Amino acid sequence: MDPVIEEKPSLVTPESPWIGAGQSYASVTDKIGGIVLTEKTPKGWFLGFGIAIIFVLILNMAISYLFAVGVGIWGINVPIAWGFAIVNFVWWIGIGHAGTLISAFLLLMRQKWRTSINRFAEAMTIFAVMCAGMFPLLHMGRPWLFYWMFPYPDTMGVWPQFRSPLVWDVFAVSTYFTVSLLFWYTGLIPDFGTFRDKAKNLFVKKIYGMLSMGWRGSAVHWKRHETASLLLAGIATPLVVSVHTVVSFDFTIALVPGWHSTIFPPYFVAGAIYSGFAMVVMLGIPLRKFYHLEAFITERHLNNMAKLLLATGFIVTYSYVMETFMAFYSGDQYERYMMMNRMTGPYAPWYWLLVACNIVIPMTFLWSHKIRTNTVSLFLIATTVQIGMWLERFIIVVTSLHRDFMPSAWGMYYPTKWDWAVLTGSMGLFLTLFYLFIRVMPAISIFEVRELVHKTVEESAH
Amino acid sequence: MSESTRQNTMYGLMAEFDSAEELVKSARTASEAGYRELDAYAPFPVEGLAEAVGFPKTRLPMITLIGGFIGCFGGFFLQVYPNVFGYPLNIGGKPYYSWPSFIPITFELTVLCAAVSCVFGMLILDGLPTPYHPVFNVSRFELASRTKFFLCIKARDKKFDRERTKEFLQSLSPKGVSEVPV
Repeated sequence: MDPVIEEKPSLVTPESPWIGAGQSYASVTDKIGGIVLTEKTPKGWFLGFGIAIIFVLILNMAISYLFAVGVGIWGINVPIAWGFAIVNFVWWIGIGHAGTLISAFLLLMRQKWRTSINRFAEAMTIFAVMCAGMFPLLHMGRPWLFYWMFPYPDTMGVWPQFRSPLVWDVFAVSTYFTVSLLFWYTGLIPDFGTFRDKAKNLFVKKIYGMLSMGWRGSAVHWKRHETASLLLAGIATPLVVSVHTVVSFDFTIALVPGWHSTIFPPYFVAGAIYSGFAMVVMLGIPLRKFYHLEAFITERHLNNMAKLLLATGFIVTYSYVMETFMAFYSGDQYERYMMMNRMTGPYAPWYWLLVACNIVIPMTFLWSHKIRTNTVSLFLIATTVQIGMWLERFIIVVTSLHRDFMPSAWGMYYPTKWDWAVLTGSMGLFLTLFYLFIRVMPAISIFEVRELVHKTVEESAH
Repeated sequence: MSESTRQNTMYGLMAEFDSAEELVKSARTASEAGYRELDAYAPFPVEGLAEAVGFPKTRLPMITLIGGFIGCFGGFFLQVYPNVFGYPLNIGGKPYYSWPSFIPITFELTVLCAAVSCVFGMLILDGLPTPYHPVFNVSRFELASRTKFFLCIKARDKKFDRERTKEFLQSLSPKGVSEVPV
């Protein structure tokens, strides 16, 4: 007979940097599960959701009018045929990148601090890609013919032109969406099982039971689940780099001054991670505050994300500097003019605002530990970065197109109210989806936090 | 219900534990005692537990690799056939077989097929979705997704005997042992 194993209370004592003191398997389950299953939905949720829905209605109106009348309602025209649609597309898809990076890359690096932020960051990825994917379709003019971009044997006998980066985009974005969704759902299965077992209402129990597919936490299933998570992480990490690389190819394959540059792929990927982490911070801080999740999203988590903002911000800064340097070093008059026009031309105020938002403000303040760990200042800086990253894409798209080679072909771009309606509407759509997500799904991965409790207790015992 | 039919209508015996360490230790003891049809249930992945119940390796990486290869070659062919043979287009005087421009989509489809085969491979190997499973008949099993750890010896094990297996499980000093009806 075995000796009786001393019963260890699985309680986190003392506090670890990644999880608050006093947490146990049960408390973790109750706190995160309770947000969805037992706690009363806070009034603020209804308020926020209501506001977000208003913007969805605006989006609905803008899209309906767009379908009825055509893309002429936007400010786009030759020479600037891309406008807000592509700016928003690149911005949204960039935001998505941090979610995959947190869930995949940090998993491969065995970073414990991903545990309590990966779930909502992945949700952010999926919703951001949904918003992003909308824009090229809306921009097509005849969105109902979008399926022409897919290779299928049609009666017209034509095939897509696979040498075009715009077709690469279709594959990159749809792959990105599918893989992110699969990764997210795989992680959610065990937590849906917890919800099924925890729910009191029979209808709710059945819904989560179906979503959990009958997950029972078998050791064999866990083993496969862990293997699958690792494999998906290994697959998703190069994928995330490839997606924004392909997005940057949309620009670099063209010969337009300011676009035709080899620095674009890494520059875009760094920018994407920069804006993505800013969005994780912007979502994480309110989530933590209003749902009292300080024990899970600790000060250290925010500090780490802020440090990552600082690091990626530096890569972005370096890219801006190199872009400017290369424009002059190239000796190409069009490249030189493009850069001079950016800095002193009609869009110069926006360029300098972008420099302020992306470089000056974050690079000055994020060095301070006090500012990094203060939720208000960190939130404001993240907002600044978000605005800066949107402006960056605006500057790239518009300043290169509006004055390219022949002065006779130059023009100006002014967004219309419908441009703004679609941009703000897409933000509303994103927030609506996110509000629904925190209402019906575990915003923090329950089983991974349980595992974190287990490992923390184990480590402190040694 | 008579004693003999109950043996046939039983899925197995289940012991409940308080910690992951106890569960791993008990699962090891059970497989050392000669039980082969074991399963263990935990609220999170426990290191070494799958090995302890006699499941050392999964075929999932191989399935993912095969999926990736299918995506890779399929994706490349998907572009080469239309743009070189089916509907050749002269784009900027580039050669028809300009393979470098086919790489991005080849890569994306490799990733897509690998990920899809990984996730669906996992579900199929797990036998999910499972709308009904006997272990859920144990009322305390609800806690397997929360705080508790369970070890189940299935009735189809050659060594399984209702009384002796129960005694064996009791000897592991669990919180409790319950029968799992089919």
